[in-house]
Amino acid sequence: MIEKALKGSPRYWGWIFFLLFIIGIGFINYIRQLHYGLGITGMSRDISWGVYIAQFTYLVGVAASAVMLVIPKYLHNYKKYAKVVLFGEFLAIAAVIMCLLFIVVDVGQPMRMMNIVFHATPHSVLFWDMIVLSGYLTINIICGYNTLIADKKEVPPPGWIKPFIYLSIPWAVSIHTVTAFLYAGLPGRHLWLTAIMAPRFLASAFASGPALLLLVLMVIKRVSKFKPEEEAVQSIAKTICYCMIMNLFFMGLEFFTAFYSNIPGHMNPLKYLFFGLQGHDMLVPWMRTCIFLGFFGVAILIVPPLRKKEGFLAVACASIIGSTWVDKGVGLVIGGFIPNPFERVVEYHPTFPEISIAVAIWAVGALVLTVLHKLAVAVREQEMA
Amino acid sequence: MYDSGKIIAGLVIFAGLFTVPFIMNRGTAAPPPKLKIVSKAKACVEDTHYMRTSHMKLLNEWRDDALRDGHRLYINNKGKKIHIGLQITCLKCHSDKADFCDKCHAYADVRPYCWDCHFSPEGRKKWASTEGHF
Amino acid sequence: MGIDRRSFLKIAGLSAVLGIGGGSVTDLLVNKDVEASEAVCTENALHAKRWAMVVNVKKCSEHKDCKKCIEACDSWHNIPNFHNSKDEVKWIWKDDYEHTFPDQECEFMSEDIKKAPFILMCNHCDQPPCVRVCPTKATFKRPDGIVAMDFHRCIGCRFCMAACPYGSRSFNWRDPRPFIEKVNNNFPTRMRGVVEKCTFCVDRLADGLQPACVEACPYGCLVFGDLEDPESEVRKLLQENVTIRRKPELGTMPSIFYIV
Repeated sequence: MIEKALKGSPRYWGWIFFLLFIIGIGFINYIRQLHYGLGITGMSRDISWGVYIAQFTYLVGVAASAVMLVIPKYLHNYKKYAKVVLFGEFLAIAAVIMCLLFIVVDVGQPMRMMNIVFHATPHSVLFWDMIVLSGYLTINIICGYNTLIADKKEVPPPGWIKPFIYLSIPWAVSIHTVTAFLYAGLPGRHLWLTAIMAPRFLASAFASGPALLLLVLMVIKRVSKFKPEEEAVQSIAKTICYCMIMNLFFMGLEFFTAFYSNIPGHMNPLKYLFFGLQGHDMLVPWMRTCIFLGFFGVAILIVPPLRKKEGFLAVACASIIGSTWVDKGVGLVIGGFIPNPFERVVEYHPTFPEISIAVAIWAVGALVLTVLHKLAVAVREQEMA
Repeated sequence: MYDSGKIIAGLVIFAGLFTVPFIMNRGTAAPPPKLKIVSKAKACVEDTHYMRTSHMKLLNEWRDDALRDGHRLYINNKGKKIHIGLQITCLKCHSDKADFCDKCHAYADVRPYCWDCHFSPEGRKKWASTEGHF
Repeated sequence: MGIDRRSFLKIAGLSAVLGIGGGSVTDLLVNKDVEASEAVCTENALHAKRWAMVVNVKKCSEHKDCKKCIEACDSWHNIPNFHNSKDEVKWIWKDDYEHTFPDQECEFMSEDIKKAPFILMCNHCDQPPCVRVCPTKATFKRPDGIVAMDFHRCIGCRFCMAACPYGSRSFNWRDPRPFIEKVNNNFPTRMRGVVEKCTFCVDRLADGLQPACVEACPYGCLVFGDLEDPESEVRKLLQENVTIRRKPELGTMPSIFYIV
């Protein structure tokens, strides 16, 4: 099977080597980080989590979003998704691998990481996050691999994987819920101490993941003979639209609670992010862009004639990816640490090595996704031949 | 069997590469290290044989006894009481880490992480040059 | 019976995983060495049901330039000085009222309080959020109430730093050794990549000594004792004075009390 990924056009190999180049630069910087310590990043005593954990959080959402294709296909037997659900599962695999890598590069003593297993601590949310993430990866590898093999042989997938597919549905919800609990259970971090953290995470995940998938499918459509059905694409677009509206609604709820209650602790992080606090406003342009892109994307998706034009659909997906990425991959984690426990504002400036390591992990994800999707495309093309 | 020629050739190359270290180093076994002790106490924590083979186990237990259980006094096989602590006990006699710990560890090719935090007064002199070491 | 290449690889892979995993499991089970020996508490160790500290800010503010407690802690515990706030490691430090009690500030408060120095350190909470979140039990609460650190076990995930509402924890962003100004040969340093904080001097308590900061204060501003013992000095101070704790609304129940 894997040999299908070793035959490709010069453009395919060019892309692969480009990714390997990016990964190489990040790897060199990771070696530097191992030598020097995490001080090579912009993190500090006050902002003790940064780009790495923020990307982790965002990508858990992308991973969970595969469920938005799995539910219609397997619970409601929505046949239009039959050809695309595999692409969603493979996207989940790539995303979980990126999540795990972001955790590895973020810990100060990666060689001791197995201590989480040797000294298992069930009262730590991180312990459960490890379990749900590795479990989700396993489930998706089992389901994705067996569906792929079955499709290749042009037979239905074996019956025994049905329970795994059904299990993947609540499991997908669990990975993002547990990840939300990493934040939502901490006393004294007002931005994070909110009961709607998990639903908000899920809403933004179910918008951003499928949006990413649609963009990937548009690329696949251009570089291969596989053409996803228009009805499937439109259904995914509607899912993105509804979930993004919910996400924006949830963000509004956070504003209401903080500002109507008028409790300074709850208002301060939001003030910092969207208006600036104590003269510091580094993230204000980012967060306002985030809101703008969110509404802009929804505006396109909500109007059927616009949504049906591929160009507009692509712009909408990119806007929504941008919006949710700034929301979770920038604002959420950093905003949680500002102001600090002494109500002082200390800002965070990621460094070049830190960014290059993060970009390299994204490239690893893109590489895994490219190879897996290449296999899936090969099978789809074989079906058509 | 398909491609038997390639497979056999591959196996031969693999076996060759795999045994290179053994072939290159044959007949040149490193001599066992001779250790230096600046002895202040008459005997070590436990008898020499046990210390030689199992000091790492003892140190692991000491770490958990002292840090996690707050038990910082060790009563050995012979009933002697010893303060638990790598720096406050062990290194008082084995003060020359380079001539004692390191020699054997290098011989056995083990790299315990004890020395990332614990240090002997002699070992301290190297700090200035270890900035950012791995 | 034929076995195809795919099944062969599957079985080989599974056996390899079991072989490697199985080994470490048996290693875990036979950890303890059989020896006619034991580890006990030192004879002169100080004991308590719940260690606590009272900081007398009134007395302390008579000596605003004094930093003896901080210096004593820094040199006892080999705490580095990086001369920048990004890499900073601190166990005990000073701040003003406004930032120590950010939810209780008031512009009309007396200038004395506004300018008084507050000594800050780990609160050794009765319900410590850092212990709750630590995935390896590298930070844990001892039966005597001290929230201790096992640097050997810390993986450096910094979940505890996010969870601590008091900013009491520091991370070793880089190798601290070249930045230690006064070295104590009887205490280890830390390596880069682990979290550290005040431990109420557990090692000194085992030797019958008071915490380094308490011993160093020439004016008796820091009083250390057993909160569960009605006869202890900390309890007497709590009886005789109005004291406050940092962020009591979070339910962490700090063990550091401030007389203001």
